[in-house]
Amino acid sequence: MTSAALRSRAWKLLEMVTTPLLPSDYLDLVSPLRAGADLRGRIEAVHPETADAATVVIRPGRSWRGHTAGQYVRIGVDVDGRRLWRSYSITSPTNRRDGRITITVKAVPGGKVSNHLVHRAAPGTLVQLDQPAGDFVLPRVTPAKVLYLTAGSGITPVMGMLRDTEVDDVVMVHCAPRPRAVIFRNELHDLVADGRLRLTEVHTDTDGRLDVARLGELVPDWAEREAWACGPAGLLDAAEEHWAEHGVQERLHTERFRPRITVAGSGDGSGADTAGGEVTFSLTGKAVDADGTTPLLDVGEEAGVLMPSGCRMGICFGCVTPLRAGAVRDLRTGEITEAEPGVLIQTCVSAAAGPCDIER
Amino acid sequence: MTAIDPTAHLTAEQIEELGRELDAIRDEVIADRGEKDAAYIRKVISAQRKLELASRGVLLFSLFPPAWLIGTAGLSVAKIMDNMEIGHNVLHGQWDWMRDPKIHSTTWEWDHVSPSEQWKHSHNELHHAYTNVIGKDNDLGYGIMRVDEDQKWHPLHLGQPLWNFVNACFFEYGIAAYDLELGKNLQGRRRKDPEFRARARAVGRKIRKQVLKDYVIHPLLSGPSFATTLAATFTANVVRNIWSHSVIMCGHFPEGVQVFERRSVEGETRGQWYLRQMMGSANISGSKAMHFMTGNLSHQIEHHLFPDLPSNRYAEVAVKVRALFEKYELEYVTGPLPKQVFSAWHKVFRLSLPTRRPEAGKTGAGKPWAGKPWAGKTGAGRPWARKPGRARGPVSAAGLSVGVASVVGRGSDESLSR
Repeated sequence: MTSAALRSRAWKLLEMVTTPLLPSDYLDLVSPLRAGADLRGRIEAVHPETADAATVVIRPGRSWRGHTAGQYVRIGVDVDGRRLWRSYSITSPTNRRDGRITITVKAVPGGKVSNHLVHRAAPGTLVQLDQPAGDFVLPRVTPAKVLYLTAGSGITPVMGMLRDTEVDDVVMVHCAPRPRAVIFRNELHDLVADGRLRLTEVHTDTDGRLDVARLGELVPDWAEREAWACGPAGLLDAAEEHWAEHGVQERLHTERFRPRITVAGSGDGSGADTAGGEVTFSLTGKAVDADGTTPLLDVGEEAGVLMPSGCRMGICFGCVTPLRAGAVRDLRTGEITEAEPGVLIQTCVSAAAGPCDIER
Repeated sequence: MTAIDPTAHLTAEQIEELGRELDAIRDEVIADRGEKDAAYIRKVISAQRKLELASRGVLLFSLFPPAWLIGTAGLSVAKIMDNMEIGHNVLHGQWDWMRDPKIHSTTWEWDHVSPSEQWKHSHNELHHAYTNVIGKDNDLGYGIMRVDEDQKWHPLHLGQPLWNFVNACFFEYGIAAYDLELGKNLQGRRRKDPEFRARARAVGRKIRKQVLKDYVIHPLLSGPSFATTLAATFTANVVRNIWSHSVIMCGHFPEGVQVFERRSVEGETRGQWYLRQMMGSANISGSKAMHFMTGNLSHQIEHHLFPDLPSNRYAEVAVKVRALFEKYELEYVTGPLPKQVFSAWHKVFRLSLPTRRPEAGKTGAGKPWAGKPWAGKTGAGRPWARKPGRARGPVSAAGLSVGVASVVGRGSDESLSR
């Protein structure tokens, strides 16, 4: 008998001893970060970066596969006893000696998780993790000339890249309200002093918003550079338009923190085109009223239903769930999907379009 | 024969006002639910696991009498914690709001022969919705006992003290049988129903796993202590069974608790539903440890009003609920465990004989509404019957089926007003 078969047999025996629980339920009591456990991490330190941003140092469990610079990690944090999942870009380099990872979080007004992590998270706290994901990364062959275009917390994935991979010719244009609000400002200026980075800070409080159409005035050779852009939707939309106008859209890589939502309230107050309905979660046996603009993922989580989730922006398909009855609306396109046997929906970008039944 | 309706003095508006006040109590807890509550249940779960592990560890040496005693006591307590404060309450969805997949009603499995999925259906959907409604709530006598004067007596009922005792000792099997509705489903063609067979197989699998663990694997691991460990796990299971049976009997059987006829729940409003839960449940008074060991089912009234509020909050809720009972002049049935257990057993014995309802004023002294309050009444003063236009034909038309009907056949439907 191979050792793997032997181990699986021993595990089966152990399961018979612990039933109805699993051996891991007991092991988790003493070793929640062990290999083979559900992926978790332990917060080891929280370092303030600015008044409303902080870097969280996390020791990931043994099953952590390692990330590529620029990727994000989904993290499940218990806030007021409720588990909430969010995605944050990893800001530590891939070759960090102690195996820890860092995420850098900016507290957004009303943001439950971001405020908790920045202001209240305590070292020692366990958090849930997913394996790293995202394709906002440098290619295997590092380009000779790079442009990073970032705004606000959009600097975080780029900082992960800057710390990880040295590029001969890097230009960065970063927007923030004022100098003190620039996350990683000291480190950026050190890089500039070392001659490893050319940096233009746009302070929007005094300089006004960056007009992407006039990017050429700041970076004359922008079109020749491989570009990575991350920031608010307005900046990214403008960048995509600008790059496309000059026919170099394949050089632009963007990372959005939120899905592009096109379906909103109709504005005329009637709400006719975005009426919601009663959402039934038939497996859990819950039914709640939902409006036509709230993602079903949020509706379910709010009702205490166990909803699988992923990127929360419609790209990873981690949240797909069968639609048993009724109709839902895709929040990105406004498209209506009706229930049929085998129809799966992405709950993170779908809202109720009338009464519907979700198999959770 | 008449019994007095203990809610007769309430107007329809008062009942709805009562409902709103109870809603407010519930909302207050929900708004305040948070980190402390989550920490509580995690602490209890962790303590239970450590206690179970330690007890089973000690039982590996159960040949030594002190080890047997300590291990058996610890395992009994661990099993009670698993079923009562943890299992019952998690399966109610009391902790679903935490969104932790490890502590969620849809993923939880407990140390019990009835699979949690089936128990959730018969307990959450039937018992809690139809609390104490004869013919709808099978918890009322579990289909094998006569629990109300107005249920027709059958010679089988002579043995009900014995049935009840056996049921107490092997309560988890009784629950499994009852979740499967064996009384109904073993008859005729129902036995071949594929859905029933699938559920029966699931129970079979669960029983096999439980028995294998408690009576084969664990004793085997004990080596020379095989026999004593087997005796220990058996004892722990029986202790857990008798304890949970007693607690549950105290919840709905003691004198003073009301039962309801089938019709009474038709078109029930939220206020009326609340009122039925208030009148159909009884509490157990006692120390914090007592509340904990009963899984806070000692706050049965509060649990029935708010089945999905976290159990650690029932104690504070009870103070407000009790004030409402006083405000609306309703009797809050409560008492220490021995008294309530005695009261429930007394009823089991009394109704095993073909007794009729005692004349009001005999056993009813000080408890004028013992028994079924709405039997034979015209509906005046009874909120349930207030719906205008409802036909009030002969009560036999209500199709009342008593608890025993599922075992002895459905033909025993009978009239309430004899």
